[in-house]
Amino acid sequence: MKKEYIVDTPRMPVSWREETKAHKFCPGCGHGLILKALGQAIDELGIQDRIVFVCDIGCCLLAWDLFNTDGVQTHHGRAVPVATGVKRANPDSICIAYMGDGGGYAIGAQHLVNATARNERITVLLANNTNYAMTGGQMAPTTLIGQKTETCPYGRSIEQHGEPTRGPEMVAAIAGHGAYVARGTVSQMNQLKKQIKTALQTQLDGSGFSFVEALATCPTNWRTNAHETWQFLNNNMGAYFQTGEFKKPEEQEV
Amino acid sequence: MKDLKEKNETKDKYAVRPIVGEKRAFATGNEVVAWAALAADADIMYGYPITPQNEIMHYWTRMSEKYGRGFLQTEDETSAGFTTLGGVLAGRRSFTATSGPGNMLMQESMCMAEMMRLPTVMIVQQRGGPSTATVIYSQQEVNLTCFGGNGEGFRIVYSTCSHQELFDYTINAFNVAWTHRFPVFVLGDGYQAKMREPVTMYDPRDKGITMVPTEPYVLKEGCAGVDREPQQMRNTYNTEEELNEVVEGLNAAYQAVIPQVVKHEEYACEDADYVIVAHGVVTRAAQAAVEYFREKGLKVGHFRPVTLRPFPGEAFRPIADRAKKILVAESALGQMRRIMTDTIYGCSTPMVNFFKPGEGISTEEIIVKVEEMMAEDK
Ligand SMILES: Cc1ncc(C[n+]2csc(CCOP(=O)(O)OP(=O)(O)O)c2C)c(N)n1
Ligand code: SF4
Ligand SMILES: [Mg+2]
Repeated sequence: MKKEYIVDTPRMPVSWREETKAHKFCPGCGHGLILKALGQAIDELGIQDRIVFVCDIGCCLLAWDLFNTDGVQTHHGRAVPVATGVKRANPDSICIAYMGDGGGYAIGAQHLVNATARNERITVLLANNTNYAMTGGQMAPTTLIGQKTETCPYGRSIEQHGEPTRGPEMVAAIAGHGAYVARGTVSQMNQLKKQIKTALQTQLDGSGFSFVEALATCPTNWRTNAHETWQFLNNNMGAYFQTGEFKKPEEQEV
Repeated sequence: MKDLKEKNETKDKYAVRPIVGEKRAFATGNEVVAWAALAADADIMYGYPITPQNEIMHYWTRMSEKYGRGFLQTEDETSAGFTTLGGVLAGRRSFTATSGPGNMLMQESMCMAEMMRLPTVMIVQQRGGPSTATVIYSQQEVNLTCFGGNGEGFRIVYSTCSHQELFDYTINAFNVAWTHRFPVFVLGDGYQAKMREPVTMYDPRDKGITMVPTEPYVLKEGCAGVDREPQQMRNTYNTEEELNEVVEGLNAAYQAVIPQVVKHEEYACEDADYVIVAHGVVTRAAQAAVEYFREKGLKVGHFRPVTLRPFPGEAFRPIADRAKKILVAESALGQMRRIMTDTIYGCSTPMVNFFKPGEGISTEEIIVKVEEMMAEDK
């Protein structure tokens, strides 16, 4: 009897753009996984026709043509104001600002803080890989204590650099009524997809600002093999950055 | 937000006209700019407070509410610039206004507008520089407005001299921007912003001016990737060759636009031995000086660039060549002169500088300067 092989082609989200695959991230990179979760969330909500995907500068810029949706690449740190501008001028759009930890918590921090404070009806999705990856692995606000990078070659110290930024906690502290704030990780894809979906639903409902940080891998700059990469993500990052939901829209409804 | 959404959805939010017929007013320049933007069917303003531009926002916020237009006060000018790009990307007639240090922060977003050919409109009411300096007046934002950023200055800059021009050119700015898809700047100053003078305001439609229709860059009809190609815009390129091609393309488009937008005015230049070059509000002093000398039968003329970028060098060249001497009068240390001399390279007519950075220039002062030049030639 002739043996039959079932060929299972990897399933891409429908909202991904086939012509631009494979994507441009390094093997083992977390960005691709986050964007897969985002693609699935877009598919499940059926909102591909309303998406404006705004990407920052950082490794996230490699996603400028990743989706089968409209999109704009902007400057380092400026994805939030561009998304805000589109949303304010076209409230029917579903605007996603996609950025790294450097883009969101350092150079674009004032935009993140104030868009949160104004409860802008946009969704911010941030990849936390504890370093400035695109520029070659420098220290980021999220670099862990003791972690070595190009600009803290002896390890990050609390005395010199302070404690690593906990973004969602900071955002949740100032987020207004109806906002959604969460942290997920690429090691728990179902949870991450659910969080991103809830964030987009928050924008669809128009109830408030939505923010999801995703813990992401960067084997290239961490200089880790597959095993070490997963260890660092789950153990080192996982110990400092708690995943979960920090603010939900319904919590404030009385 | 919900309100704006409803307003956006009303069939014709411009049905109620802010100005009917001609409206004579005695107003500040800032007020005039807000009225002009309203009359030009501008959809949304994004801004951040800075003197001497504030009242553009103050009048806009009062009136935009009544006429269903949008406004967002951002956290800084970086954000005001980038949100303005967002408004344009959404296909709305969007604008911002600023001055001095705010102008510096907005250059980042204006570079992206050049790269992506986004038709932004920005009003600049120049204040003193460098640094925080004064909130009053100068012509020191010429470099920044014409060439700010890490680019090649693919932009159109109108230097106005009166409230009437602030009104006319603000309306015009939206049309030039949406026709040619380059960022457009209306370069005023603190004097024009704050002083009151008579102006005739109008609905552009009553003057036969059609507002050039806008068009969304993102979220056009249909579903991206299903009914049409997705619209994806970028400003990052991978190789030198790739970028070079993009910039050459931008340059070719910009060069083609120049003859259509470049603008200047001449006052008795045909036979002038002495030519005063001045832009913006200083042109008023220069024009009065020309009148004074011509009454005395002396051959003095005045050349006024209206667009500083592109600079009307071609028109100025023969005038500069035939003059005996040129006087350049500027409330800055030669920011306009540097642009000007570049366009008339090789012209050997001597030039005299009359630079008063951050300070106004009067007719009397120009008359004295020209008389000094004449005396030297005797
Ligand atoms: C104004 C400005 N400063 C610096 C840079 C250089 N730059 C490009 S990407 C980047 C850091 C990116 O780090 P992050 O936001 O964490 O994204 P990642 O690459 O790690 O995903 C920097 C500093 C820039 N493009 N613009
Ligand atoms: S450098 Fe790091 S973040 Fe950037 S693509 Fe490679 S693995 Fe991903
Ligand atoms: Mg990073």
